[in-house]
Amino acid sequence: MHATGIGASVRRKEDQRFITGQGHYTDDINRPGQTHAYFLRSPHAHAKIKNIDSQEAASAPGVVAVLTGPQLATDKIGNLICGWMIHSKDGTPMKMAPHPALAVGKACHVGDAVAVIIAETLAQAKDASEKIKIDYEVLTAVVDPAKAQAKGAPQIHEIAADNTIYQWHLGDPKAAEAAFASAHHVTKIDLINNRLVPNALEPRAALAEYDSGTDQLTLWNTSQNPHVARLVIAAFVGMAPEHKLRVIAPDVGGGFGSKIFIYPEEVVCLWAARKVNRPVKWTSDRSEAFLTDAHGRDHVTHAEMAFSAEGRILGLRAKTVANLGAYMSTFSSSVPTYLYATLLSGQYDIPQIYCEVDAVYTNTVPVDAYRGAGRPEATFVVERLVEVGARELGLDPADLRKRNFIKSFPHQTPVIMAYDVGDYGATLKKAMDVADVKGFGKRRRESARHGKLRGLGYSAYIEACGIAPSQAVGSLGAGVGLWESAEVRVNPTGSVEVLTGSHAHGQGHETTFAQLVSERLGIPMDNISIVHGDTDKVQFGMGTYGSRSGAVGMSAIVKALDKVEAKAKKVAAYMLEAAEADIVFQDGKFTVAGTDKSAAFADVALNAYVAHKFTGAELEPGLKEGAFYDPTNFTFPAGCHICEVEVDPETGNTEVVAWTAVDDFGVLINPMIVEGQVHGGIAQGVGQALLEGAVYDANGQLLTGSFMDYCMPRAENFPTFRVETTETKCPSNPLGIKGCGEAGSIAAPVAVINAITDAIGSEDVIMPATPSSVWQTLQRIGGRKAA
Amino acid sequence: MYAFTFHRPTSVRQAANLLGKHEDAKLLAGGHTLLPTMKMRLAAPAHLVDLSQIEGLSGIELKGRSISIGALTKHVEVANSDVVKRNLPALAELASLIGDPAVRHRGTLGGSVANNDPTADYPAALLALGATVVTNKRKIAADDYFKGMFETALEPDEIIVKVTFPIAKKAGYVKFRNPASRYAMVGVFVAKRSSEIRVAVTGAGGNGVFRVPAFEEALKKRFSPKSLEGLTIPAEGLNSDIHGSAEYRAHLVGVIAKRAVAAAVETPEVAVSDAPENGA
Repeated sequence: MHATGIGASVRRKEDQRFITGQGHYTDDINRPGQTHAYFLRSPHAHAKIKNIDSQEAASAPGVVAVLTGPQLATDKIGNLICGWMIHSKDGTPMKMAPHPALAVGKACHVGDAVAVIIAETLAQAKDASEKIKIDYEVLTAVVDPAKAQAKGAPQIHEIAADNTIYQWHLGDPKAAEAAFASAHHVTKIDLINNRLVPNALEPRAALAEYDSGTDQLTLWNTSQNPHVARLVIAAFVGMAPEHKLRVIAPDVGGGFGSKIFIYPEEVVCLWAARKVNRPVKWTSDRSEAFLTDAHGRDHVTHAEMAFSAEGRILGLRAKTVANLGAYMSTFSSSVPTYLYATLLSGQYDIPQIYCEVDAVYTNTVPVDAYRGAGRPEATFVVERLVEVGARELGLDPADLRKRNFIKSFPHQTPVIMAYDVGDYGATLKKAMDVADVKGFGKRRRESARHGKLRGLGYSAYIEACGIAPSQAVGSLGAGVGLWESAEVRVNPTGSVEVLTGSHAHGQGHETTFAQLVSERLGIPMDNISIVHGDTDKVQFGMGTYGSRSGAVGMSAIVKALDKVEAKAKKVAAYMLEAAEADIVFQDGKFTVAGTDKSAAFADVALNAYVAHKFTGAELEPGLKEGAFYDPTNFTFPAGCHICEVEVDPETGNTEVVAWTAVDDFGVLINPMIVEGQVHGGIAQGVGQALLEGAVYDANGQLLTGSFMDYCMPRAENFPTFRVETTETKCPSNPLGIKGCGEAGSIAAPVAVINAITDAIGSEDVIMPATPSSVWQTLQRIGGRKAA
Repeated sequence: MYAFTFHRPTSVRQAANLLGKHEDAKLLAGGHTLLPTMKMRLAAPAHLVDLSQIEGLSGIELKGRSISIGALTKHVEVANSDVVKRNLPALAELASLIGDPAVRHRGTLGGSVANNDPTADYPAALLALGATVVTNKRKIAADDYFKGMFETALEPDEIIVKVTFPIAKKAGYVKFRNPASRYAMVGVFVAKRSSEIRVAVTGAGGNGVFRVPAFEEALKKRFSPKSLEGLTIPAEGLNSDIHGSAEYRAHLVGVIAKRAVAAAVETPEVAVSDAPENGA
């Protein structure tokens, strides 16, 4: 193995600047003449805006402009869009309501931006905001997705009767019905997948600048996909043509999906910057983030699994109501449909699957993709059904899983996905060995001696990553293709710049991408730069989400490197006076096969640029190649996590006491970074299961609007994780990699809930399983004495 | 944050004069409640009177059978103090459980006691130990000091100078945290002194810290966790929110009190010593 190549745990190159405070985030950037934007937000969840009187505010000290929604329309600034079309069962298109960047006539959630104040300082903007008088007519709000479609529920948008965005389905209802009719046993569960607030460390920010000389707009923002932001803001919002809009997403401090989307604030900053002809900056504070960053999950589901007498799964049915919040965020429609129902086969050979999903509007913050996006929800459904089913059938939950695992590949599920490769028996077995499942009985008795209830929960998850084959997603409604681009620029001295359309916001691409180049070209890591996040440097790219940067982004780099190598061989052939076919490239050296004649990579690069060894008629000078890579299939990372908990029956408190993760991510580029991703994912998943949950009151006020009430995971919530991998190489990309960024958050929640329900002997456990909620369940069932 | 006038008096008398002179003046100690509230524009004092330049308001001293702690003493100093750890370990334990390291390095005893947040830790210790709040004007017994949620006996121009804690034979503090904020959902301080046994509860009560006479009676018979087995308090008047119902808190008071007694029983009985503070 190459010391800094694929498979080496190279230390992260970017961490030096991050941990010494040398990173450059959007809020670190300041432009001459900069002004500050402050958004005045609706305090009501649902209210007509009858009048906005901003006269006094407009003349307050330091105020440059006060802008409101109706002016957007006057300036022909378009609405924000949802870029994935979903059709209902009856063939009608989804009901996408207008989403203006500043509310027009109506506010639809607490935090909906109603006006923006542009001032010399932020304090002046805030002072002026208090002088704006808004005449609201408060309307009844609806926040609970289960009640949004009820008769008499307030209608939020004219376009969507019963607040229903779409009524979608997947699978064959009749065939599923038949499967259930033939069942020996049917397991039924009702689940709520709790609403989460993303909370990236760096809050969202936007800085917009207008150059009136060139009519050029520049936006620095906290985006996971700056090119998509530019495309949407240019083509749909109509802010400026693409070639007059540059989007730069510099260092970004975490996203977890919440920074994929195009938000009102960046649109308003661009618009305002041109209007006042000065740079406009906005940085969210944490309270704003709670009220404006797209939330995650929020499903209400009834699900059933049909079993044969032999414990074979015959079918799965699920009916889900998905809360999309007050407006349809950029990719919100795809999350509870094609990112959810397509994974309901889990790791199992299930002959029939039928899923219905109603998406609804409510007076809450928009909901969109959040780490895992649809796949944690699917895993929660499948793995709860299997676990509860095993308990109802009196079977060992691991045995039931083994009986139903898919064992031959490729495997076509009834819900679109064609799994390419995997060995689910191997991950389960390894996880059971590492977790010492055999010794669990002894540990349970030991816990009981201390008055604690111990439980063990499995999660045998699968995800579809490497998002995604463009033609396939296009046929499912995606408004874009999901390929990736790369450009490899070799400098005359042999150093290399790689321009990628992927975007790093914590993943460590500057290290892992460089490892690939280091191995392929045989040059040291220090000679390689990874360039990303600037639409003026990288021609186009689809960004980072859906665990796609390795499988798709790096595959594009491989393609570009192939081209670089081919071109360099031509140059080397001239240098070494040999036939191109005889040139072998290995360990950074071009050699004439069977001879000792060779040229180092840097020499070849220099010769490509000085172009003294060949004529222009023979070969183009230079060494720079680009590639677009479109995957041929999703990738299917899968694994088995085993969680052990101790529940304190006196307080209801749950402690995670052991965690084993065995994942099959295919080939690993950097095992250390992979392990870090798994740790972070588990932390987020355990956060969902035990700690995190956005709670609204009936009036649509977010009760968990700060860290005082919204509980983020802390280091002390976790034991040391035991993280292992197995490997089946992904056949659909040149590196054999599958993606690891979301696995933990997909696997973890259900492992925790399966463990708690095992511990207390009741299936009646909700997420987050807070001490008070577990205690209430224990009260209801009359408590369980430590066995 | 709105604009305010910042004052830095160098004596308690000057600070008191400023409070008397400006009706909407606020004292600034550690600032861990006041400053976030001001930043969110939820508080807007026109005058801020910073106590940090006043000498003698900080420090820990053993005097006979009590420990005297200056109002500006930071939580971390109480948590790490040898004097406190030796003579009143439950109080050091309590201080070590407040907030997080950043809070403990800024937040002060006086600030916490003056604010009387119903979920703060110190009020439980003051009430259970029968501490005395010493101000620039008088001495106030803890029994007379806490007047309800964020309410105290302090007069508008009254400044806490120190708090004196009688040393208990046995004492224990156990806190069941609100998982998000880390404030006490239920915190129980149990103290056994030669004169009496007290059980004080913070976090649970809608009106702030309170004692539980029934528990105290039970413990008088025998100072043991077993004496509280199965005991609970009525849910009426207790806090109820998304983190737990009043019934849950009532139940927790029983559980946590039992654990606090267990903690108290486990610590060796304190023999009062006059050893000087080491390396404080």
